[in-house]
Amino acid sequence: MADQTANQGIPEPEGTAELINTEYEIGQDNVEGTLGPFGFDVHNPVFLISGLSIVAFVFYALALPEQASSFFGWLRPALTSNFDWFFLWSANIFVVFCLALIVSPWGSVRIGGPDAQPDYGYPGWFAMLFAAGMGIGLMFFGVLEPVYHMAISQPLGVPSPIAEDGTIIPGNVEAAKQMGLAATIYHWGLHPWAIYAIVALALALFTYNKGLPLTIRSAFYPLLGERVWGWWGHIIDTLAVFATLFGLATSLGFGAQQANAGLEHVFGIPNNTGVQIVLITLITGIALFSVLRGLDGGVKLLSEINMIVAALLLVFVLVAAGPVLILTDFFEGLVAYAKDVIPLSNPHGRQDTDYMQGWTAFYWAWWISWSPFVGMFIARVSRGRTVREFLTCVLIIPSLVCILWMAVFGGAAVDQVLSDPATSAVKAQVIDSYNPPISLFAMLESLPMAAITSTIAIVLVIVFFVTSSDSGSLVIDTITAGGKIDAPVPQRVFWCTFEGAVAIVLLVGGGLTALQAMVISTGLPFTVILLLMCWAIVKGLMAEKRVSG
Amino acid sequence: MFKRIMAPVDLAHLDKLERALQVTAEEAKLHNAAVTYVSVSAAAPSALAHTPDEFKARLKDFASQQALAHGINATSHAIISHDPTTDVDNALLKCVSDTGADLVVMASHRPGLADYFWPSNGGKIAAHTNASVFIVRDA
Repeated sequence: MADQTANQGIPEPEGTAELINTEYEIGQDNVEGTLGPFGFDVHNPVFLISGLSIVAFVFYALALPEQASSFFGWLRPALTSNFDWFFLWSANIFVVFCLALIVSPWGSVRIGGPDAQPDYGYPGWFAMLFAAGMGIGLMFFGVLEPVYHMAISQPLGVPSPIAEDGTIIPGNVEAAKQMGLAATIYHWGLHPWAIYAIVALALALFTYNKGLPLTIRSAFYPLLGERVWGWWGHIIDTLAVFATLFGLATSLGFGAQQANAGLEHVFGIPNNTGVQIVLITLITGIALFSVLRGLDGGVKLLSEINMIVAALLLVFVLVAAGPVLILTDFFEGLVAYAKDVIPLSNPHGRQDTDYMQGWTAFYWAWWISWSPFVGMFIARVSRGRTVREFLTCVLIIPSLVCILWMAVFGGAAVDQVLSDPATSAVKAQVIDSYNPPISLFAMLESLPMAAITSTIAIVLVIVFFVTSSDSGSLVIDTITAGGKIDAPVPQRVFWCTFEGAVAIVLLVGGGLTALQAMVISTGLPFTVILLLMCWAIVKGLMAEKRVSG
Repeated sequence: MFKRIMAPVDLAHLDKLERALQVTAEEAKLHNAAVTYVSVSAAAPSALAHTPDEFKARLKDFASQQALAHGINATSHAIISHDPTTDVDNALLKCVSDTGADLVVMASHRPGLADYFWPSNGGKIAAHTNASVFIVRDA
């Protein structure tokens, strides 16, 4: 139980919470005060070190662009090609670990204690799960990946159905089509969601059941003990802030370029830095409005609106492209995924290194570098669920939704390529030339009402960026406030604006590619951190009371 | 004149509430009104409490201490919010009707530049409730 003296006389908790007995009081290292007219309440030294190191890296990328670009340009592929086995095996461990927890007796432990009620209903909860960390990817890769893997990357050596002269090789079609979908689903199914689920479960458990602050370091209490409140913890939290802010800022920078490419393709709006700065400012402005409205009035509301619009777009593509055809693709893809997931997850003895290192290991590093942000956000909104319910809802259901999305968007695109390769816009933008941001619009333009659906798609892309940006700002604010989620409003405004400003500076000055490569490189240390989190989860669950249901 | 006083308190900053608490107690005695001390917190652990139950218990203790110290009739009402920073105003407004309070006594800082961007909690409550509102500023 909590130390009465150190915690200023906190009474014994009611119920059966198994709080960790630490003398650390949340906010004890914080510095509170006012800066001009605005109040602040920040963790010392995490806030300052995170902020300064982010500024330092931006200066580095701007002052020595060639050095930064060559170093990180070397580092990222070096990691994904030398540590491909480590990323693949770790992700496999995360999936098996989560599935094992679902069926284990620990599945009945409830986050927040046996009597806790869920903070959010299913629709709002699911909407926030998707909107934080994956929505934007579905928009960009839903068409690109199934087509690309079918025709070009040839996972597990399955030959392409498209000959060099652009004609179809009928004998290769069926196997390649299924592999294209299975290889995509592999990147968007159980593995990425298991990565998010590990971080989210560890943080939710140590926050809501153990009474530790909502910050990344808390998951390391079983390993580091009281040292977690010192420099070890500062380093873990700073690294998380660093990866989250640069991950969001570089994605925002690239996202603006991609959205601009889409606007040019659909509406003929010029593709230049000025338009992209306007887009970043617009996205940051809406995100600011959202964080000022708060978790329920801003982030959740936008996430729900986005999910409804995304669902409508999904239904439209499903109907327009032929439901029977697409649903057949869905089930065939599901079967192919079930059949191929084990060979695809095995890093040894593979010839398809372009796919395994260039795509799979890259994706795993990417998901893992995003996991502190998405995991912590999921943790915050998941109180009141049992471990079994939590993992089913964070792992199984989102995987199924992603599979459906990929089957609909990818299936429609693949069918367009195969039915009329000579005139297919998707083939022109994905296979003949590689234009990821245009791929979705190329697929939509072959369906009816392309002007309307393309506009909706652009709005979705922008709002998915907003929902990543606002939830990311809340997460960074919480970590840099030492786990306090009620820090003064100006702080979340600061982080949201800072993220937009870093994106603009990197966009104008160059350095987006270098710093995104750096963010993805943080996937390696975070993989080790996630493996340790699995152990911490087991340690944490062992002390918890299991409840029925 | 008043039957029930609602007194929003921030247990983490009791030092800034001294005058408001004094006014609350005096108004309660003057009108023979019951006081409900109200506070908003998140479910996540804070410096005050590890769990919502702890927070409720702590606020209840605080209300009992106030009742004892001032000889008034006092109860507590804890509100657990998803995002207290932004939800506090609406939570307190809802609480005015939930508790049936006809007077709200709360501390507020002196208005400054920041109030043009983020109005004070007291200002927002006064603007949107039918109850009387007594804003107590620093000396």
